[in-house]
Amino acid sequence: MGMTILRRMAAATGITLLAAVFTMSAHAADPIKIGSFLSVTGPASFLGDPELKTLEMYVEQINENGGVLGRPLELIHYDDQGNASSARSFASRLIRSDRVDIIVGGSTTGATMASVPLVEQAGIPFISLAGAVVITDPVKKWVFKTPQSDRMAAERILEDMKDRGFTKIGLISGTGGFGASGRTQTLNVAKRMGMEIVADVTYSGSDTDMTAQLTNIRNTKGVEAVLNFGFGQGPAIVTRNYDQLGMKLPFYQSHGVASDSFLRLAGKAAEGLRLPGSPLLVPESIPEGDPQKNIVRNYKAEYEAKWGQSVSTFGGYAYDGLMLAVNALEAAGSTDKAAVRDALEGIQGYVGVTGEFNMSPDDHNGLDPDSFRILEVVNGGWVLID
Amino acid sequence: MFSEFLQFLFTGVTIGATYALIALGFTLIYNASHVINFAQGEFLMIGGMATVSFMALGLPMPLAITLAVLLSGLMGVLLQRFAIAPAKKADVVTLIIITIGASIFIRGLAQLLWGKQYHVVPNFSSDEPIRILGAVMNTQSLWVLGIGTVVVVALVLFFTRTMIGKAILATSMNKQASRLVGIKTQFVLMLAFLVSALLGGIAGVVVAPITFTSYDIGIMLGLKGFVAAAIGGLGSGVGAVVGGLCLGIVEAMAAGYLSSDYKDAVAFSMILLVLFFMPRGLFGAKVVERV
Amino acid sequence: MFDQFMKVRLRGMIVLAIIVVVIPLFLTNPFQYDLATQILIVGGAVVGLNLLVGFAGQISLGHAGFFGLGAYFTGIMTGTYGWPAVPTLLLGAAVVGAIAWIVGRPILRLKGHYLSMATLAVGFIIAIIINNESQLTGGPDGMPVPALDLFGWELSSFGLYSFFGIEFDGYELWYFFAGLMLLLAVWLAQNLIDSPIGRGLRAVHGSEVAARVVGVDTAKYKSLVFVISAVYASITGSLYAHFQGFITPAVAGFDFSIILITMVVLGGMGSTYGVILGAAVLTLLPQVLADFQELEMVMFGLILMLTMIFMPKGLLPTLGSMAGKRFAKKTGGQP
Repeated sequence: MGMTILRRMAAATGITLLAAVFTMSAHAADPIKIGSFLSVTGPASFLGDPELKTLEMYVEQINENGGVLGRPLELIHYDDQGNASSARSFASRLIRSDRVDIIVGGSTTGATMASVPLVEQAGIPFISLAGAVVITDPVKKWVFKTPQSDRMAAERILEDMKDRGFTKIGLISGTGGFGASGRTQTLNVAKRMGMEIVADVTYSGSDTDMTAQLTNIRNTKGVEAVLNFGFGQGPAIVTRNYDQLGMKLPFYQSHGVASDSFLRLAGKAAEGLRLPGSPLLVPESIPEGDPQKNIVRNYKAEYEAKWGQSVSTFGGYAYDGLMLAVNALEAAGSTDKAAVRDALEGIQGYVGVTGEFNMSPDDHNGLDPDSFRILEVVNGGWVLID
Repeated sequence: MFSEFLQFLFTGVTIGATYALIALGFTLIYNASHVINFAQGEFLMIGGMATVSFMALGLPMPLAITLAVLLSGLMGVLLQRFAIAPAKKADVVTLIIITIGASIFIRGLAQLLWGKQYHVVPNFSSDEPIRILGAVMNTQSLWVLGIGTVVVVALVLFFTRTMIGKAILATSMNKQASRLVGIKTQFVLMLAFLVSALLGGIAGVVVAPITFTSYDIGIMLGLKGFVAAAIGGLGSGVGAVVGGLCLGIVEAMAAGYLSSDYKDAVAFSMILLVLFFMPRGLFGAKVVERV
Repeated sequence: MFDQFMKVRLRGMIVLAIIVVVIPLFLTNPFQYDLATQILIVGGAVVGLNLLVGFAGQISLGHAGFFGLGAYFTGIMTGTYGWPAVPTLLLGAAVVGAIAWIVGRPILRLKGHYLSMATLAVGFIIAIIINNESQLTGGPDGMPVPALDLFGWELSSFGLYSFFGIEFDGYELWYFFAGLMLLLAVWLAQNLIDSPIGRGLRAVHGSEVAARVVGVDTAKYKSLVFVISAVYASITGSLYAHFQGFITPAVAGFDFSIILITMVVLGGMGSTYGVILGAAVLTLLPQVLADFQELEMVMFGLILMLTMIFMPKGLLPTLGSMAGKRFAKKTGGQP
């Protein structure tokens, strides 16, 4: 007898729980809904955290200034914790339950790619904040992205190496999504540019010491420069180990660590290393009259005043994502998804924090490699080289 | 050639000493309760993060470290009193899930309190590395090794020379018999959590200058410590130390001589090898089950 | 006696079937179907894991490895090499079963937490291989998986289907298909429990030494149930891959292993329906808590801790015995 009741209870509990989740949507559709799923916590939180802060800050600011198309913006955001499966679930929730008008989000390539099938099928404009080149190559009808691709980063780094006369490179990369994709792109670009990767080692996200890998690079004959592709605390440890080992070869990092917090972690060991980064790190070095100068300077000032922490390149991706969305909404004159998508594709000459965007049907990223600036660490600060 | 080997060895021993300290914490609690304490890594995190925040308040480093380690110990006692003790009738597996819940809870609190950024803890002494026969060693590595040795010696003395230590050992061997001779098992369990949390806190502080620290540092270091304890045979103090050192050295050698892609896989294969050929771990005790 | 036993078993299946059929009445959009379908698929995996935990008293800390292996076997073979879905799924299950047997057989001779350590290691090794072999698996960024092809009839959650003049959306069909699969999984598990193997297993769980003394080959039974639970994980992993359409190494990761084992313990070890409830709760909880943002982690940890402290036997068994007591009080009879 008890067994039957037990099952009824189970049924009741299940249904109540389901109902609890499932009645959380439905609201008057006056505001324009901007959906977002970001890796606010978890291993990729240094991407998602500044991205969310940026989105929150500017949605508030835009609303204070009267919104878009006379309607306020509503930001609906979820934390995917860096897990692609939950990113997909939240994308599904944004599209199907919250019924957002446009999505600006996806901190990591995995999270973005897991959501792409849903986005494409539902036909909703999606501006990704993740780096890998696969997101927009081949072009997907509804998918755009704001960061430069890792291929561009690799090109920019290898060009700078070549200019300095280095053609034999030691590569160390993280095994996470960012590092692995960056490694693949570096190998491809090097082959194309006639350069040679003579050492190729990796480290995982949980490693606390990369001395063994670096020793191998040091002992490889002919290495002329070293490149580390990775993000998180790993590259800071690599930088310190590099210094401890007394390695004097020219050292490059990727845009994955282009932030002041990296300098804080790596300390004096970072001295002299180069990386491709956003002008955001060197706002004062941008020449007067460059349209990017004011945008970058304002974003940096506003972000740092509001959140009391230093600005990072990744927050800039979210800034551009949101502004591209707003531009497209205004150009389309409505929230009609197809019209907004067409407007996004037609954006020309929008200057953002990351660079100048010129979208086209063949290019849903719209940036060129020169939007990356080569920066060098000098006396604990960033200096613009190129 | 030799300097290369020496470099890998130094690297491995440093990482290994860290793993060994964490593994000891697992072993203590496992011995006293048969619980795999998945919140062990959080003690490390508290050690490191609390040091950072006490130092930010302007406290001198030694005081900040002491307070951080004590805070970690307090956390251990609270965990035992409010999460493990109330569920004393529960299955061991249930207790393990409770520690998983606790670790998520503590990590969540740390994230609210301290934010999500990584922080630097300065080296205890000089930043200038030491060079021996062409290999390099961070001075902090010496601190890790030195403090690790002190802790192990202190633990040995504690378990062999003090009444309380002997009581913990007795309880781990036979709960009912020790209860019969008047040992309060709940109290002993609390002590085990306290000592284990203090150990975790110490480990967290000494490695923080090498690894940096953040609210989620406990996940990865805790897991490696558990793997080390497993290699050594859960429940053996010597095993934890040897397991930790083995794991560290194997990782460094594999990264150096085999493949950095698969160095972690090599470490995990070690668990399988040990289980297949030395089924009680390197130093695991033989267990006789009564019907 | 036996008839009554069968009736109770059958009644459980019928109640579960009714729940599966009734729930869509409460679902108002495809996202909710999406979640519900995930619960049904993962539910199948935990029913299998529960056989190991609940009836052989062993814990697996690497079950996601088997789940992920199934998912990637399907993804690679159907996606890259164009194999048919169903034979691929079965072959994948056979491969995973063989791996489980090779690992389980020597280790399950031992008593204690050793299987958990071995499974932890196996799970990690699988996850590392999936992560590193990016030529095959797409690496950490994941890979797309084609829709489920049932002997030439394609089931896609984006499709539109018509049966006897009634239109169904793909996600609705996926839901019912997953429900059917879960019922099948439960039915097989129940049959296993009632079989001689099941009786052997219960003997093992009671007292292994005693069972061995009376001539039960305990290691054989434990290995067998370990293999079965791994096969469950592999098959549900394959289904999950087809359903999601995109997989990343996270499906094989340690975090997911921990989630699976938590579903079992939270729902109620040994209770087939309890662990399904556990799967539902742990799938829905993050969605409910998502609105609390920074507090999400604290609340999730707290809820997990408190539930296990106050309901150490798990949700369903505890709720069941509470309901039983109240019923007994009302009628003045025995529960």
